Amino acid sequence: MGGLAGLWGSRRFRGLVYQALVIGGVIAVGGWLVRNTLTNLELRGIATGFGFLGREAGFDISESLIPYTPADTYARALLVGLLNTLLISALGIVFATLIGTAVGVMRLSGNWLMARLCGVYVEAVRNVPLLLQLFVWYGLVTTLPGARQALNPLPGVFLSNRGLVIPGLDWSGGGWPVLDLPRLAGFNFTGGLTLSPEFAALLAGLTVYTAAFIAEIVRAGILSVPKGQVEAARALGLSKGQTLRLVVLPQALRVIVPPLTSQYLNVTKNSPLAIAIGYPDLVAVSNTAINQTGQAVESVALVMGVFLCISLGLSALMNWYNKRVALVSK
Amino acid sequence: MSTPIIEIKDVNKWYGEFHVLKDVCLEVAKGEKVVVCGPSGSGKSTMIRCINRLEEHQSGRIAVDGIELGDDVKAVEAVRRRVGMVFQSFNLFPHLTVLENLTLAPVKVAGVAPREAESTAMALLERVRIPEQAGKFPGQLSGGQQQRVAIARALCLKPAVMLFDEPTSALDPEMVGEVLDVMSGLAAEGMTMICVTHEMGFARAVADTMVFMDEGRIVEVAPPAQFFQSPANERTRRFLGKIIGH
Ligand SMILES: Nc1ncnc2c1ncn2[C@@H]1O[C@H](COP(=O)(O)OP(=O)(O)OP(=O)(O)O)[C@@H](O)[C@H]1O
Ligand SMILES: [Mg+2]
Repeated sequence: MGGLAGLWGSRRFRGLVYQALVIGGVIAVGGWLVRNTLTNLELRGIATGFGFLGREAGFDISESLIPYTPADTYARALLVGLLNTLLISALGIVFATLIGTAVGVMRLSGNWLMARLCGVYVEAVRNVPLLLQLFVWYGLVTTLPGARQALNPLPGVFLSNRGLVIPGLDWSGGGWPVLDLPRLAGFNFTGGLTLSPEFAALLAGLTVYTAAFIAEIVRAGILSVPKGQVEAARALGLSKGQTLRLVVLPQALRVIVPPLTSQYLNVTKNSPLAIAIGYPDLVAVSNTAINQTGQAVESVALVMGVFLCISLGLSALMNWYNKRVALVSK
Repeated sequence: MSTPIIEIKDVNKWYGEFHVLKDVCLEVAKGEKVVVCGPSGSGKSTMIRCINRLEEHQSGRIAVDGIELGDDVKAVEAVRRRVGMVFQSFNLFPHLTVLENLTLAPVKVAGVAPREAESTAMALLERVRIPEQAGKFPGQLSGGQQQRVAIARALCLKPAVMLFDEPTSALDPEMVGEVLDVMSGLAAEGMTMICVTHEMGFARAVADTMVFMDEGRIVEVAPPAQFFQSPANERTRRFLGKIIGH
């Protein structure tokens, strides 16, 4: 008896017992959930497993980067959604980084008006829910004039309620691609690349929202570089732009990259808001699949797995980059 | 005497309400070595930072090699090409190697070919006696080594004038000597120098002219012998008494 009491007195032993109890509890709850779900699915006559992926999807998807018809499988439909998610995330990350960096730099510029305007932008955008902003963007895009009265801000760029049409590259000739300029034909455009109104609204929303956060991160990063660095660069005759580009930003990066990573993850994780304005991203497509097959558990697990992979991949990439920009010291 | 390479005439500067430089006048001839000393906050750094326009003066005239400093960006660039500066805190670029620190300005500002900039840089590293550190990053060097790299970096654009703002104040005592040696070498080669420093041994050995500042004014300008033996001004005497001690 004394031996057992002594054992109980040991902190290590007590810790082990508590951990065993917690693990046991988790397994019990998990097992109960699985059993319960399986019984329910069986009662409603819903099949389990990933067999549905090979069946015909039977629904159309409004935009796709690869050929797709309703006769294709669920697997292909989900792939279309995944590619759309990757496209919007990648473009969102690139544009948000460019705009965010520019705004962050301008907030610190000597130009009072510029700095103020950028400050207002950051505060306004950061404090309004993204979903609301998406509705605003979608509203703006859909109230644009029709194709015949399209806005033509740059040569070859048309903005109308058909979306944004930009020049594309035509590779069909083999060898060097030729520039494929869009032109009006009847009530729509031919040639070039067309971004749907939904895509344009989602991209604008994600970009403008994320850029505001990135601007703050860039600003903090620049402020973290000691003033002496700027003075040394200026004393050597580097211009303001060169000082920023060659001396300040490279050092600011080590402060910028870690929080930037989480913003990049946020772009990806915010992209499912696409569903609110009807852009067929992975989540929207899987939602349709769930409605038709009832196989929510498998679909959600699949989508979660995919997002986990994207996030982990992105994190790994950014960690590698962060190591590269780290300063060497003793 | 030839025209001075640095002319400072009736310069006044304010930080808001605070009058930092009061009617400052100083002329430095080509090849002259000027050592500036004075109590903390007397405006020594501010004065030499006005010479390459890291600070702007509000009235009076500052000209380097005949180029007057003002709002003209081209003039400021031209002056910065002629003036090298060494800071108390080294301010080496930590993300670049020693060699890259030295070649950055020649390549990006003066448009020198990278190969040529590198051979000039290596020659300068030989001169400050650390050629073997060329591939290291500043964070891997001792303070004394970093300051010698900083001197080499300032020399890369072949400046006509070198400004030093307390170059040894941030160093451990055992490293002060190696930096002062490099500076003495530079002086011996005929470089025009303005040094803010309280290293009085160095001042005695190297300076042609001693300048004493107090409360934003230049209070005394004299050759070292006279400056140390019989300072004319009461404040100079008190300051020297404190700094040389005993
Ligand atoms: N950016 C600034 N804004 C306001 N006041 C300043 C600024 N820089 C310096 N000063 C003030 O100007 C005065 C002169 O500063 P300066 O750095 O030229 O002195 P110093 O003689 O170099 O002193 P030290 O020996 O401590 O380096 C000080 O009182 C300082 O507080
Ligand atoms: Mg000072």
